[in-house]
Amino acid sequence: MNPFSSGTRLRDMIRAIRACKTAAEERAVVRKECAAIRAAINENDQDYRHRNLAKLMFIHMLGYPTHFGQMECLKLIASPGFPEKRIGYLGLMLLLDERQEVLMLVTNSVKQDLNHTNQYIVGLALCALGNICSAEMARDLAPEVERLLQFRDPNIRKKAALCSIRIIKKVPDLAENFINPVAALLKEKHHGVLITGIQLCTDLCKVSSEALEYFRKKCTDGLVRTLRDLVNSPYAPEYDIAGITDPFLHIRLLKLLRVLGQGDADASDAMNDILAQVATKTESNKNAGNAILYECVETIMSIEDNGGLRVLAINILGRFLSNRDNNIRYVALNMLMRAITVDAQAVQRHRATILECVKDSDASIRKRALELVYLLVNESNVKPLTKELVDYLEVSDQDFKGDLTAKICSIIEKFSPEKIWYIDQMLKVLTEAGNFVKDEVWHALVVVISNASDLHGYTVRALFRALQTTAEQESLVRVAVWCIGEYGDLLVNNAGMLNVEDPITVTESDAVDVVESAIKRHTSDLTTKSMALIALLKLSSRFPSCSGRIKDIVVQHKGSLVLELQQRSLEFNSIIEKHQNIRSALVERMPVLDEASFGGRRASSLPNTVSTSNGTAVKLPNGVAKPSAAPLVDLLDLSDDVPAPSSSGGDFLQDLLGVDLAPATQSGTSQAPKAGTDVLLDLLSIGSNPAQDNSVSTPDILSSAQDHKPAIASLDVLAAPSLTQASSSTASNMMDLLDGFAPAPPKPANNGTAYPSIVAFESSSLRLTFNFSKQPGNPQTTMISGTFTNLSSNVFTDFVFQAAVPKFLQLHLDPASGNSLPASGNGTITQSLKVTNSQHGKKPLVMRLRIAYKVDGKDVLEEGQINNFPRDL
Amino acid sequence: MIHFVLLISRQGKVRLTKWYSPYSQKERSKVIRELSGIVLNRGPKLCNFVEWRGHRVVYRRYAGLYFCMCIDEADNELEVLDIIHHFVEILDRYFGSVCELDLIFNFHKAYYILDEVLIAGEFQESSKRTIIRLLSTHDSMVEMAKEEATSIGNMIAQVTK
Repeated sequence: MNPFSSGTRLRDMIRAIRACKTAAEERAVVRKECAAIRAAINENDQDYRHRNLAKLMFIHMLGYPTHFGQMECLKLIASPGFPEKRIGYLGLMLLLDERQEVLMLVTNSVKQDLNHTNQYIVGLALCALGNICSAEMARDLAPEVERLLQFRDPNIRKKAALCSIRIIKKVPDLAENFINPVAALLKEKHHGVLITGIQLCTDLCKVSSEALEYFRKKCTDGLVRTLRDLVNSPYAPEYDIAGITDPFLHIRLLKLLRVLGQGDADASDAMNDILAQVATKTESNKNAGNAILYECVETIMSIEDNGGLRVLAINILGRFLSNRDNNIRYVALNMLMRAITVDAQAVQRHRATILECVKDSDASIRKRALELVYLLVNESNVKPLTKELVDYLEVSDQDFKGDLTAKICSIIEKFSPEKIWYIDQMLKVLTEAGNFVKDEVWHALVVVISNASDLHGYTVRALFRALQTTAEQESLVRVAVWCIGEYGDLLVNNAGMLNVEDPITVTESDAVDVVESAIKRHTSDLTTKSMALIALLKLSSRFPSCSGRIKDIVVQHKGSLVLELQQRSLEFNSIIEKHQNIRSALVERMPVLDEASFGGRRASSLPNTVSTSNGTAVKLPNGVAKPSAAPLVDLLDLSDDVPAPSSSGGDFLQDLLGVDLAPATQSGTSQAPKAGTDVLLDLLSIGSNPAQDNSVSTPDILSSAQDHKPAIASLDVLAAPSLTQASSSTASNMMDLLDGFAPAPPKPANNGTAYPSIVAFESSSLRLTFNFSKQPGNPQTTMISGTFTNLSSNVFTDFVFQAAVPKFLQLHLDPASGNSLPASGNGTITQSLKVTNSQHGKKPLVMRLRIAYKVDGKDVLEEGQINNFPRDL
Repeated sequence: MIHFVLLISRQGKVRLTKWYSPYSQKERSKVIRELSGIVLNRGPKLCNFVEWRGHRVVYRRYAGLYFCMCIDEADNELEVLDIIHHFVEILDRYFGSVCELDLIFNFHKAYYILDEVLIAGEFQESSKRTIIRLLSTHDSMVEMAKEEATSIGNMIAQVTK
């Protein structure tokens, strides 16, 4: 043995690292240690292997790379003694995770250890397996673990039970092997075994309906008895926490009973008495007791209805809600959210308390309470609740304002009883927190304002007033500028005065002042400035006396470095100067935007809203031809990997105003009109649909053109994912009809949710369809089976398919079924993919793909991006 | 289930990490950075739960150490507080009024203890006595192996002298 290779003791190393004053010093110490450890590894030094691994673990915790030590773990695990194995398994769990290939190498050692004569070594192996096993290891080692469920020592049985949980989570198919051994565990007296057995049983029920049925029939009564014995058990010091015997066991029993009782009246009946007993007898002065009550309430809420019990549960929550402990209040809010589907009336009773929680100093509680308030709002209480929330908006923290604003806006839109109230509340929100208001929200406000013809005057005056007090909120400025542009005349002559208003005197030049300050404000962005320019153009016609001044303001931007502003400035200037005769017709008031179609499009773009393929198209008046053209182009677009034309919220409004002359890319209009003032009128009607109603008059032609343009442009902004999805599903159905050899529509996955198959990629020579399925209990993971069909008359050889996904997704590709693809659809290649979406429910799947193959010895490369996945994958 | 356990000192130093769900090394350090920022900055009177990336983090402070466990939305937060306390009590009994230094110099022992409390992110044993007994059996096995090794070493040394 080389005395110099041993290095320092673990303790000394830790001391040396702790003595470091700077990060650089620490790095130096670690570097030196790592070098020594590497040297020892290279020399295959056995005596200090365990010490070196311990050092590596410490270094790993500090965040330094330690991959070179991974093989040392395996060597230690393979050595015969308990101490080496103990540290080896610890290193394995710490330094590796299930995704590393190295892990496969350890399977054999683990298998041997699971069969070891020393039960403590068996325990080590079970623990490691339970913490990091992969699906492959789970398959290989499940029989051993299953056998160990009947081991003589209870400490092994409990470890085996938890290890089994990991196994069935990784490979749900294995669940049925565990049903019988688990039933035996439920009869045990040893608390550890009972706790783990019950947990395993709960997880089995989640992955296998067969298991659920079995346990429901055979074990419900036994579990109820166990819980009763536990509740009535005398003081047991070993398990006592705050006067309660083993709350952990209590909670697990209640959880399993919940699973068994859900959807089954008989099972629910059997547990009613004991649940009532737990709910009434449990002491609630300590955390442990409250944890049990909390679990009990959840079980009562979930099992089949029993009126009396539910009242009891709601009362417990009411008590929780008035508790002074923040933790208890937090869980009460959490549970009330689930209770709202069961008994909304009972939850409404606590409305005032919940509203107070929105103002709590604790961010976690505020967030919970806000979610709950959102669910509590209905037609009858929307006014007072909104008032409270808006008032609170004034004083709330900056970092809470975003959430709060979004929720308030959503409430206002959803429940507004009348337009004036809607406008009033939105103005308040814009004034308080306009910077947090999302684009689509103020777009919607503009649509509503334009529809409320009797409120135009009122609104524009209110906005003018609001702008006098605050000009810091971007979206307030935008809405105000838009309204002043449209309804400037009403502002000045106080037209359409409502009784509730105080009259104000605004001169024409005051109105122009406001718009001018908006355009000059250095914080204004492009959208605001563009809108201000349009407003000025409109005012130049409405206020002839200010025309000269407006021209001066407009002209100031003719040298703007921003193309958009420069162009607007020049064009508007020439309209004001040279085209007096058409100006008034040009800048007439915006035609009323169609609220229904706007709402429909928005709804289809909002998450959580299921849109049907025809729902979107039908709601667009005159627009049927257009939206169907868009997906067509979309499908074609897939072949060339061009990102969808990006369009900001600004485009939407420019389109809304009809002055943005750039043709919407999807419209399919072949002429690309050049923007120029002289053809302005013609241009505005270019987008108009030939199929449109003939009765519309000139301004309405404008309107229909505009109506389409926002429709299409905003498809990008708002509705892109849902519409492509919708269209692609119809598209793929059509494919199926047209194509004899296209794959049959997918069988719905066994969890009952069917996802439409999609044509993921299509070029002139190749088509790829995706079928989706999901494993029950694992909504994040989607199994995709891709089928490639050759549409050309040449055989493809050396066929390689590659795919890439963004970071929030995890992709696993199985080997393809072949690498040559017969011509003319006379055969297919199939390839399965597994995608795990870590942002499931928040972000849809996307994927880029690259397909390489050879035709007649020539390399062909095709690339594409798939954006048309069904939304909820 | 518990996705991971973190022990962070008030200075932001990591004292123990245990991952029951797959997180890559990169994600792990990101998680640690994010969470220590959130947890360490929370005031003393606030509730012990933080919502974070669709999960919930339950934390509890003991002297200068924050014990954090990340759980699913549907799990029982109050129980996790008791699990943390259970773990701390066992640490305390094992080390004899535990302090942060014990956990630094004997970090591997802290891991061994955690492995007796949790496996696969699930709770394993509610009896502290059982766990302490198991741990001392393990430790004595290690001691025995050490003694054996030294006595064999002595014998070899004597023979080859």
